[in-house]
Amino acid sequence: MGSLFRSEEVCLAQLFLQSASAYSCISELGERGLLEFRDLNPKVSPFQRRFVGEVRRCEEMEKTFTFLQQELRAAGRLPAPCPESPRAPAAREALRVQEQSEQLAQELREVSRSRSSLRDRLRDLRQHLHAPLGSPPRPRALSEREPILDPSLHHHLDRKINFVAGVIHPWRVTAFERLLWRACRGYLVASFVEMPEPMEDPATGESITWVIFLISYWGEQIGQKIRKISNCFHCQVYGYPESEASRTEAITRLHGQIQELSVTLEETEKYLAEVLDKVAQVLPTWRVQVQKMKAIYLVLNQCSFDVTKKCLIAEVWCPVRDLTQVQDALRQGSVSGSCFVQRVPTTESPPTLIRTNKFTAGFQSIVDAYGVASYQEVNPAPYAIITFPFIFAIMFGDVGHGLLMFLFALWMVLYEDSPRLRQGTNEIWLTFFEGRYLILLMGAFSIYTGFIYNECFSKATAIFPSAWSVATMANHSSWSSAYLATHPSLTLDPNVTGVFQGPYPFGIDPIWSLATNHLNFLNSFKMKMSVVLGIVHMGFGVMLGVFNHVHFQQRHRLVLEFLPEMIFLLALFGYLVFLIFYKWIKFSAADSRVAPSILIHFIDMFLFTSNAENLPLYPGQVPVQMVLVVLALASVPVLLLGTPLYQWCRQRAPRTVRPRPLAAGEQEPLLEGQEAGNSVNATTEDVESGGHSPDHDFAEIFMHQAIHTIEYCLGCVSNTASYLRLWALSLAHAQLSEVLWSMVMRNGFVGLSYVGGVVLVPVFAAFAVLTVAILLVMEGLSAFLHALRLHWVEFQNKFYVGAGYKLCPFAFAPDTWE
Amino acid sequence: MAYGGLAVPIIVMSVFWGVVGGVLPWLVPKGPNRGVINTMLVTCAVCCYLFWLIAILAQLNPLFGPQLSNETIWYLRYHWP
Repeated sequence: MGSLFRSEEVCLAQLFLQSASAYSCISELGERGLLEFRDLNPKVSPFQRRFVGEVRRCEEMEKTFTFLQQELRAAGRLPAPCPESPRAPAAREALRVQEQSEQLAQELREVSRSRSSLRDRLRDLRQHLHAPLGSPPRPRALSEREPILDPSLHHHLDRKINFVAGVIHPWRVTAFERLLWRACRGYLVASFVEMPEPMEDPATGESITWVIFLISYWGEQIGQKIRKISNCFHCQVYGYPESEASRTEAITRLHGQIQELSVTLEETEKYLAEVLDKVAQVLPTWRVQVQKMKAIYLVLNQCSFDVTKKCLIAEVWCPVRDLTQVQDALRQGSVSGSCFVQRVPTTESPPTLIRTNKFTAGFQSIVDAYGVASYQEVNPAPYAIITFPFIFAIMFGDVGHGLLMFLFALWMVLYEDSPRLRQGTNEIWLTFFEGRYLILLMGAFSIYTGFIYNECFSKATAIFPSAWSVATMANHSSWSSAYLATHPSLTLDPNVTGVFQGPYPFGIDPIWSLATNHLNFLNSFKMKMSVVLGIVHMGFGVMLGVFNHVHFQQRHRLVLEFLPEMIFLLALFGYLVFLIFYKWIKFSAADSRVAPSILIHFIDMFLFTSNAENLPLYPGQVPVQMVLVVLALASVPVLLLGTPLYQWCRQRAPRTVRPRPLAAGEQEPLLEGQEAGNSVNATTEDVESGGHSPDHDFAEIFMHQAIHTIEYCLGCVSNTASYLRLWALSLAHAQLSEVLWSMVMRNGFVGLSYVGGVVLVPVFAAFAVLTVAILLVMEGLSAFLHALRLHWVEFQNKFYVGAGYKLCPFAFAPDTWE
Repeated sequence: MAYGGLAVPIIVMSVFWGVVGGVLPWLVPKGPNRGVINTMLVTCAVCCYLFWLIAILAQLNPLFGPQLSNETIWYLRYHWP
């Protein structure tokens, strides 16, 4: 089988890289993404490492890129993603990138600055323009109402009328007016008029309709007061040319200035757009290049430098299968072919590598969520591909719901390459999308179990004719119409010949969905089904442990652990499965009054008692049961003491021939013990034997074995009961869908007129929404969770340790970079 | 309708899932995924067959019959054979 069965072989290797070609070698390795580098300088702080200067340079370039990115975003452009991924740049190219990026950033800054200053000036001019433009109507009105204020008539007066024009924020108008009145009472006339078009406020950037004011006053002191007050209120004040001619001249002059300025501004904007275009073109490539460069230098920082041989030594975890590829990469990256890789023996536990494709990745991830497989132990994922959807389907069995789920997943699978689906940002959608194959299988199995349960949106289908004949029963018991009218419910008796004609060939008979006592039958069926399937699942789990014992050269565990475990499981719970099947086959309606209860028999078996009213299922049942219980109890001490005693004997006998644990080829930089990624439930059960002090170890081994024994034996009982959740959830699902049908959808069929047809539409809408929300989403999630729990706890604690850590290769894969 | 008893469904289903679990694995083309596909076929065959078997054996010798309302009996008496 492929590497899905157990982890690939991963070895520790050392890379010897010449200083000159180290960078390109690592770049080559990063492109291929094969190795995980180990940190050989853990005690060195990041600021003291060798290549800290280069890393800093990369970070500065990234800062420049961020600035450019912000400018692009402010101008409303989005940089296109990089089409093909460029390789990490060599040193010279990196320098060029740095210079160019800084130059572009500088240009951008200057152009932006000049543009904003031009804009400010333009706005000022416009405001200035509006001030005299807006006010001409007023003086004429003024002169009509108050002829004394007409400037042209006042030359002979000793008082000279002066005018102040300006622009003020509309919210400050009333305060301004009030203050002017209080300060210069009677000596001024102020008029306010709104600007015809709104203009931008320099401080906040929003466009406001400014108010132009024109104050006519006389007296120098008043003028100063007015100017001080206007300063206070931050309004722009402009001189007001008195004569019409000078006014028009000022207006034309302002127009001209505005025109020139607009032209300049346009040119600046065009230039800015060009610069932004250039930036948008090169920025994505640069970003990726510099990211790669920084990653390479971070990896180089992890290597140790050998001064005498002028080479860098890197320690890597490498899959054995890829060693030749690594050698290839090194040859390509190095100038003179002087870099090479050498395998190094180690006692540490290597990381786990299980290669998956897009189909198996989902299933592997739900196994890894509990704990990554220890190195080279059996991986439960290939079996979970089928058992997980199957156990889900037992709890979810309904043809209609399964079909909806299947179609939804099919849509996701068929369109999985569409970028719109792949690049969704909604996390919940992404979770569903990642599990599309899982949901596909779950839906498919749900259709199958739905046919077996004979439920399609809670309705039974009679694919084959029902095996129960009502007519025969009615004729036999002479159920006339009058008799039926007085008896609201009657039971069919299978003892009468012809009423029951044989088992329904595929699934549950459709008559049960019409019966009022259908839960009696279904509960018995589903409970027994859950127990049988649970014991089969657990037995399968115990058997998977055999592969581990054989692979890790621990054959003693086959006899001392596997055998007692199987005997315990089969003698007690395998016998229960046998009783269930035996009763189904042997006992029929003829002896239904005296049919024995399996539960009572099972309890009596443990207590070594017997119940007189409970007939035996078969002759000789009591001695057989006694033998089985004794066998099961006898296997417990074997399980408890077998392996520890065996290991103790092994350690005592050949004391002189104990092998040295470490090989000579190991070098200094190797760390003592790397912290392995721990799963939630990691036991410290060592799958490789270590050579520590014997006494200390025996106590520990014995303790572990005791825990394992207790866990196993009690677990057998409690886990079997735990599988009853299969019954519980399938019952809940069936009841929910039945309630939904009878209380929602059925009401749409009550009205038989045309109006009823119209009413059916909203009723169906409600039914559909509730089906999807409650039955598909909520029940689906619930069944998913319970199936997951059954796998993680009840199945996997029979053989799985899950204390490993994943191999995380150094790779420039596109999905690690945005 | 006269039922074929237990024999016909058992033979049909056993043959069907036997083919799925025992014959198809030999026909899967060689490739990196052969092991996974074979595991899937065998596991699927075992699970589905067992599930169907439990369903039919549970109904083989019913200890009690369905209890029907009189309306159902009125209808089924003439509608179902």
